[in-house]
Amino acid sequence: MQRLLGIFLIIGFLFPLTWISESFAQENPAFDDSAGITIAPPTNVKAYDHPGDAGGAIVVEWDLSPQDHPENDLILGYEIFRAVYPDGEYESIGVASPGHTSYMDANAEDEHEYIYKVTATSGNGPSATAISNPAGSSPEWINFGMTNLFIIGLIICSSVIYFIMHAKKGGKLFLRKIGGLEAIDDAIGRATEMGRPILFIPGIHDMDDVQTIAGLTILNYIAKKVAEYDSRLHVPVCRSIVMTTARESIKEAYLSAGRPDAYSDDFVHYVTDEQFGYVAAVDGVMVREKPATCFYLGAFFAESLIMAETGNSIGAIQIAGTAMPAQLPFFVAACDYTLIGEELFAASAYLSGEPKQLGSLKGQDVGKVIAMAAIGVGVLVETIYVISGSSAIGNLSSFIKNLFVLG
Amino acid sequence: MGISGDIWVWIGAFLTFSIMSFLYKDNPFYKFAEHLFVGVSAAYWMCMGIWQTLVPNLIAKLHPPVVSEILPAASTKPAEYSYIIPLVLGIMFLMRLSPKGAWISRWALAFIVGTTAGSYLTRYLRSDFLGQIQYSIIPLISIEDGSFSFVGTISNIIIFLGVFCGLIYFFFSKEHKGTFGVASKVGIYILMITFGAGFGYTVMARISLLVGRMQFIFGDWLGIISR
Repeated sequence: MQRLLGIFLIIGFLFPLTWISESFAQENPAFDDSAGITIAPPTNVKAYDHPGDAGGAIVVEWDLSPQDHPENDLILGYEIFRAVYPDGEYESIGVASPGHTSYMDANAEDEHEYIYKVTATSGNGPSATAISNPAGSSPEWINFGMTNLFIIGLIICSSVIYFIMHAKKGGKLFLRKIGGLEAIDDAIGRATEMGRPILFIPGIHDMDDVQTIAGLTILNYIAKKVAEYDSRLHVPVCRSIVMTTARESIKEAYLSAGRPDAYSDDFVHYVTDEQFGYVAAVDGVMVREKPATCFYLGAFFAESLIMAETGNSIGAIQIAGTAMPAQLPFFVAACDYTLIGEELFAASAYLSGEPKQLGSLKGQDVGKVIAMAAIGVGVLVETIYVISGSSAIGNLSSFIKNLFVLG
Repeated sequence: MGISGDIWVWIGAFLTFSIMSFLYKDNPFYKFAEHLFVGVSAAYWMCMGIWQTLVPNLIAKLHPPVVSEILPAASTKPAEYSYIIPLVLGIMFLMRLSPKGAWISRWALAFIVGTTAGSYLTRYLRSDFLGQIQYSIIPLISIEDGSFSFVGTISNIIIFLGVFCGLIYFFFSKEHKGTFGVASKVGIYILMITFGAGFGYTVMARISLLVGRMQFIFGDWLGIISR
C-alpha cells in the first residue's frame, strides 16, 4: 500500500513538471531539451563583391532566422564559413551578432571565387546551413566610400599648388621662426673653429620615408655651409639609396657653393642595414673622430638614445629632428635643440627657401585650419547635444562626425 | 646547472662583454666586436636582399621556371611581365656605376621618391587627418550612465585642449604672439608632458632588453640562474 502510494506521489509530482516543461517548450523552443532544439537557418544567403573598393572584400548577406527575435534571446549569433569555389573546404571566418544580416569578408583574394555558408547558433548548437552563390572580389576604379578623403585631399592639394604658384611668382610667404634653426649655422661655425668634423645621421629609414627626404634637404643646406667654411662633413648611412641621394645632395651643395673641387664621395659611406650594427659603427666614429657637431635628422628608432648619449658624452653640439613620437623624448633629453615632428619638414622648407617646399608647408597649414575648425565646431555641437539632449542637435553632431568617417 | 660547454654561448658572452666595454671607453675589444658586427650584418643583409627580394619578387615573377628548385610554389605561377618596370628601374640605378650614365640613376630615384610621396599622401590623410578629427570630436561634458562624470569631463577637456593647442603650435603661417602664442605654449607643454610619459615607458622597455642580456650571461652562460 505504502509502495503504491509512493508511486502515485512520484507520478503526481512528475506529471505537472512534464506538463510545464512541454507547454513552456511550445512557447519557446529553445528550452526543448528533450528533443534538442531545432533552429531554423538563415535564408536567402547572397554573396557579392564589395562595391567601390580596391578589391579583397566580399559582402555576405542573409535573411534572419525566423527565430531571431530580440525578445527571446534564442539566437546567439551567425557563424560565417567560407570555401574556395568549387571544391575547397569550409573554414570559419567570423561571427555576426543576432539581428545582423550581413558580414564583410575583408580577407578575400581577388584571384579566387568563394562560396559561403551561414549558420545560426543557439545555446543548443548550430542550425542547418544555407549556402550562397559563388562570388569573387575585384578592384573598382573609384571608391565612393572615400569621397570625403578625396574632397579634403583636393582642398589641401589645391592650396599647395596655389601657394607654390604664388611663391614662384615672387610672392612672399611668411613662415614663423623655428627654434633650433639659427643654431645650425653656429654649430657649423663652432666645428670649423675647433677643426673637428661634423657628423650627420639621416636616420635609419630608406628614401621612401618623407623624414629621410626632409633630413637630406637640410643636409644640402649644411653641406653648402660646410663647403663655404671649408669644414669637414661625415655622413655614415645604413641604406644604399640614401647613400646615393646624400652624395647627390652634397655634390650639388658644393657645386652651388663654388667648391666642386672640395667634394669627395667619401663624405658619405654605407655601413650596414642592420640597425644596431649601424649604431655600433656610428658610436665608434663619434668617440674616435670626436665631431664638434652632430645632426640627427630623419626617422629614428631605438638607436636614437644610444647615439645622442654618445654624442653628449664627447661634448658635441647636437641638433636632432624626427617625427617618430617614441624617439622624440630621448632627443629632447639628450640634444641641445630638437625639431619636433612637423618642424623637421618646416625646417627643410625654411632653409631651402624653395617655392615647392614653402608652398607645400603653407598648404598643410590650410589643412590644419580645416582640422581646427572641424574639431572646434564638432566639440561645440557635441557638448550642446549632451547638455540639451535635442535630437536635432544629435543629428547635426552625427552628420559632422560622419564627414570624417571613411566608408 | 653549470657553466655552459657550448662554444657559441662563450662567443656570445665574449661579444656581449666586448660591446659593453664601450661603457668604460673605446678599446680594442669594442673595436673588434663593432667591426665584426658591421661586416657580418652587411653581408647578411646583402644575402637577404638577394634571396628575399631579388629572387622571389623579381626573378620568380619574370621567369618562374628558373626558381623551380628553390621556390617550387612560385615556379608554377604564370610570368608577370609588369615586373619589367622594377627591373628597368634597378638597371637605371646601377647606371650610377658608370661615370657617363650616372645621371640616369636620378630618374629611378625620382620615381621612387615621387610614388612613395603620392601613396603616403592618402595614408596620412586617412590616419593623421580624418582619424584625428573623428576621434577628437568629443563632448566637453561627459555623462556616464546618465550622470555627470567629473573625471570623464576633465579627460575630455584635456584631450580637446591638447589637440587644439598642439595644432596651433605646429601652425607655421602666423607668429606665435598674444593669445595665439599662449595657446602655442600650452601645446608645447602638453607635448613635453607626453614626451615625459613616453620617456619613462620606453626606458622600462629598454630595461627589459638589459634583463634579457643578463639572463643570457647568468643563465645560458654561467648557469647561476635558471631561465
